[in-house]
Amino acid sequence: MSDELNLENAEERIGVYICHCGTNIAGTVDVAEVREWAEKRLKSRGVVLARDYKFMCSSLGQELIEKDITENRLTRVVVAACSPHLHENTFRTACKRAGLNPYLCELVSIREQVSWVHTDKHAATDKAKAVLSGGVERVRHHQPLEPLRVPIHPATLVVGGGIAGIQTALEIADAGRRVYLVEREPSIGGHMSQFDKTFPTLDCSACILTPKMVSAGMHPNITLMTWSEVTKVDGYVGNFAVTIKQKARCVKTDLCTGCGICQEKCPKKVIDEVYEAGLGYRKAVYTPFPQAVPKFPVIDKPNCTYFQKGTCKACEKFCPTNAIDFNQQDELITVEVGNIVLATGYDLFDARRIPHYGYGRLANVFTSLEFERLTNAAGPTNGNIVLRDGKTTPKVVGIVHCVGSRDRNYNNYCSAICCMQSLKFAHLVKERTGATVYNFYIDMRTAAKAYDEFYQRVLEEGTLFVRGRVAEVTDAARLPGEEGKLIIQVEDTLAGKQRRIPVDMVVLSAGLQSRHDSKEVAKLFGISCSADAWFIEKHPKLDPVSTMTDGVFIAGCCTGPKDIPNSVSQGAAAAARVLTYIDRGEITLEPVRASINEMKCSGCRICNNLCPFNAILFHADRMVSEVNAALCQGCGTCVAACPAGAISGTGFSNEQIMSQIEGLLLLNLNGAREKELAYA
Amino acid sequence: MKYGYYPGCSLERNAAAYDISTRAVARTLGFELDELDDWNCCGATEYIAINKLAAYSLIGRNLALAQQQFHANGNGHLAADGRAQLIAPCSACFLNLRKADRYLQEDAKLRDTTNEALAAGGLHYDPGTVFVRHLLEMIVNDVGYDEVKRHVTKPLNGLRVASYYGCLLVRPRLGGELSDAEYPTELESLTKTLGAEVVDFPLKTHCCGGHMTQISAEVAYELIRRLLQNATEYRADVIVTICPMCQLNLDAYQTRVNQHFGTNFNLPILYFTQLMGLAFGLEPKTLGFGKEIVSAENALIKIQRSPESAAAPAPSRPRKKKEEGLPMPRMPEDEEVTA
Amino acid sequence: MEEITVSIPDTVKPKLRFLEEVSAATPGVSRLEMCIQCGTCGGSCPSGADMDHTPRALFAMIRAGMRDDVLQSNAPWYCVSCYYCMVRCPQEVHVTDLMYTLKRMAIREGYTDHEAAPDFSQTFIGYVEQYGRSFELGLATRFHLAHSPLRKVGIGTLALDMFARDRLSFVPTRIKGMDGLHAILEKAKAITRDAELTGGTQLL
Repeated sequence: MSDELNLENAEERIGVYICHCGTNIAGTVDVAEVREWAEKRLKSRGVVLARDYKFMCSSLGQELIEKDITENRLTRVVVAACSPHLHENTFRTACKRAGLNPYLCELVSIREQVSWVHTDKHAATDKAKAVLSGGVERVRHHQPLEPLRVPIHPATLVVGGGIAGIQTALEIADAGRRVYLVEREPSIGGHMSQFDKTFPTLDCSACILTPKMVSAGMHPNITLMTWSEVTKVDGYVGNFAVTIKQKARCVKTDLCTGCGICQEKCPKKVIDEVYEAGLGYRKAVYTPFPQAVPKFPVIDKPNCTYFQKGTCKACEKFCPTNAIDFNQQDELITVEVGNIVLATGYDLFDARRIPHYGYGRLANVFTSLEFERLTNAAGPTNGNIVLRDGKTTPKVVGIVHCVGSRDRNYNNYCSAICCMQSLKFAHLVKERTGATVYNFYIDMRTAAKAYDEFYQRVLEEGTLFVRGRVAEVTDAARLPGEEGKLIIQVEDTLAGKQRRIPVDMVVLSAGLQSRHDSKEVAKLFGISCSADAWFIEKHPKLDPVSTMTDGVFIAGCCTGPKDIPNSVSQGAAAAARVLTYIDRGEITLEPVRASINEMKCSGCRICNNLCPFNAILFHADRMVSEVNAALCQGCGTCVAACPAGAISGTGFSNEQIMSQIEGLLLLNLNGAREKELAYA
Repeated sequence: MKYGYYPGCSLERNAAAYDISTRAVARTLGFELDELDDWNCCGATEYIAINKLAAYSLIGRNLALAQQQFHANGNGHLAADGRAQLIAPCSACFLNLRKADRYLQEDAKLRDTTNEALAAGGLHYDPGTVFVRHLLEMIVNDVGYDEVKRHVTKPLNGLRVASYYGCLLVRPRLGGELSDAEYPTELESLTKTLGAEVVDFPLKTHCCGGHMTQISAEVAYELIRRLLQNATEYRADVIVTICPMCQLNLDAYQTRVNQHFGTNFNLPILYFTQLMGLAFGLEPKTLGFGKEIVSAENALIKIQRSPESAAAPAPSRPRKKKEEGLPMPRMPEDEEVTA
Repeated sequence: MEEITVSIPDTVKPKLRFLEEVSAATPGVSRLEMCIQCGTCGGSCPSGADMDHTPRALFAMIRAGMRDDVLQSNAPWYCVSCYYCMVRCPQEVHVTDLMYTLKRMAIREGYTDHEAAPDFSQTFIGYVEQYGRSFELGLATRFHLAHSPLRKVGIGTLALDMFARDRLSFVPTRIKGMDGLHAILEKAKAITRDAELTGGTQLL
């Protein structure tokens, strides 16, 4: 069979390089054997030289390739090393430096796909040969390509107006670039605006947050779009077209002065499930809190008497500037942006899911977010820590850590902030009520600047710590002194004894979990989610604010539980990444594109609607489809779908794929033959 | 509908009321209970403490017999997935049979050696062929509340019922049990369907003491006391149960508990099938009433005293919206909670 | 001067095998090695207050190879099989199943002479092995136990109440296939004995 193959592309001069990657590859694959084999067996396939080297990615390794290209007139290069994900660019650039078109270089993975996943050295070496052979066959069909350059639109979309999103928006806007800041709720501020104090320094949350909110609201470069949600994302890095649904506020923002008379006069009181965490009330026309940005209220239609029954209009009657407009409609607005930052935050774990902790059943069991509202001076109790009756000050308070976290039945991860938050609560209870405070914990996790010192301080203040995960909270009194109390049953693991501790109030430090709709949001923006539905970073350590989708960045708790300092850092980091792109002005795109052979195209239009990037046009006059190279992202959907086989992807042509497979199989045939020979 | 039926040792005598009322309810609802021939004891919670393989072989004999009798020829006993259905009214039997089937599937060594032992008696069991179900779960899911309601002729209006599940039906979770391991609601829904008034019973899945009444009575008495006290606090007229062990401990030891703690609990402990039978208009005598140690006489009088109210729906008591104080969290069953 | 012997168990050479042994003898997957010592089991246990060591403490002791202390513990015998520990365990450790394993090991290795519970279990299964059915769940065996010095008070009236309502029987029911069951159980025991001799932990 090989005689036939020998004839084509005989003029190619291919160089093969096998990386040891220290012992990462060489520990499992006999690299010398692979090299010898390639020299001998792949000679007929155009391989003129093969080398193995300790670290191909080192400067010396790269220089080796460059030298060979010049001195040995190589026309193709195959590097067998790690995943193309990591070093494809390194070796392509090396080729380019030596004057070879970078797309004539092929990187095959013998680390992720061979040495790291096998233990049998012999078999691993054989597989490395097969993978290499596939690369050699494939590279023979490579074409020299030129990367595409597209301009970057200088505006940015930031989704989510919590602290991370505000930080991103401000950084970019301060650099002189336009930002659209989209927020689902009537005001920006996010969870941080619900807190009273922030750990470990106990700064007033509002005092440090509201200046940033005001800046974001007033900034000439920030277009604030609250009460709004993104509904559609088209385009690609540098050139996104984003459709945003601006829900009808029913308030004319050009007339409204934010005086608050409408809220005062509105007769409809509603439990505020969002901002007050269900612990307080708002009106049907409302701003969630006094420092809201923007200052304009919204009318909550499902709860508004006028919208439900057709009468009332108290707000309209009393508004001094005639700013109420019941006829406002939802509006779809499309903006063009070059980059997108998602900072969509988290949801609190629903403590009702653990029935034996009694939340929702036992009045004086509170969630952490409810407790934040309880301690907040602007909250429903003006900052008084009282029981659900609204007046009694508790004498004993139990704070339960790890509610819904570190538990395979619920969320099997540590929510990172609950230990510190619980310590903060303990401090606040002590300070404001003098009550006895118990903290129930599994492990105390206070690993950040000044965090452990805060733990020391709370210990000093006399908070009692019980190491044990709370088994249940009950009102079923059993022993004297338990009547009328909530009883926390727990094993004090350090004392080795089961204890029942009667308290007046229980605070559940509920964990953080991904937004209930994070999977849909991820799909909307074309990024991926972990099993826990957190957004996935491009690299968890080295690229924590990027995603696998170019031009879409992530910051804050949408990637996993985080405290405020970390959320702010990520917000700023995402802004820096965006600004780098904007500053560069254009972006180089992989020239991996689909193209349609008009002779083969039957005009069936199947590909037209499948294209996720709307890159395929249909010429009705000629009955053929055509790919717009600037829009095509090279995803390959159309290639696979075309019934006529008329579409092929640059860099992934049928020829390239088929010959790579042939290469893989060729080795098996040869290998078998080799064995036969050996036995003969 | 046709099901294999594994009554278990308790239902032969000490929990005969459960067996009698189960068969009566089955006749009314029109499903057939086909008793497993020559079944043996499931080993309760005892055999596994002595000898693992013997315990699994003991249970395995029942499963093997069920496979022979109900799976081999089908005969209308099969579930949609092809498994033969075996109904156990006793929670301990249910758990032992269900768990053995599960672990025999998971643990190849245990499966092989168990079958080696079974072979000595000429039997063989293929794990996964018998679908063990508890009577309550079957009635709720297969018969359904609507069908039950259709047969209610004498609603139990005014009777305040504490629904007690105990442990072994809801825990451990092996798949296919009730809605929750700690706060299931099926028994309440069923009781409500019968027209009775459901009281909150926070300890509804707490332990009745199990075999502790035999081994360390004081430990058991305390567990029993907690349950009786909790149900009394919520002003229950009766506790309804789904397990013979729970019934026995709460009923037969109630006097002893009263002596031990100086209390005066007087709570009849009934099987849910007995309440179903009453609501279906069956005679108490035909449902095993009179076998309970703590007499259910008062409860019966309470229902029968108000025949004119029989047609009226049970009063629903929405959670009180307090004007003062902070709002309570929203709960899915808000409207149903009794104050 | 009195000599004091300090015993620090297995700090030098931890008997890791004990953990593996306990885990292997538990049907299914025990996940014993996943315990994070949070105490959910000990806190949830209805008889936790009566145990000398909570289940959590036992698991720590098993890791430390403290075989004697673990098998002497009264904890497994106080287990009421309520399975709260097992459904609440954040690491899905099969706590209740492990308690049964410890009971079997304690009996086999002769640690249980003073315990009433193994006697009860033995008596119970004695009837099962003889008749194929329990001789009235709980109560008949209770009669038997009344002969032990545990308690006698009040038994009489309780039993009378039960007889009066036809809830106790004098005669045990005997299954028809008793010979077959007997053969099955004898075979099972024989396999277990072999495993004991050959160290086939998984079967114990």
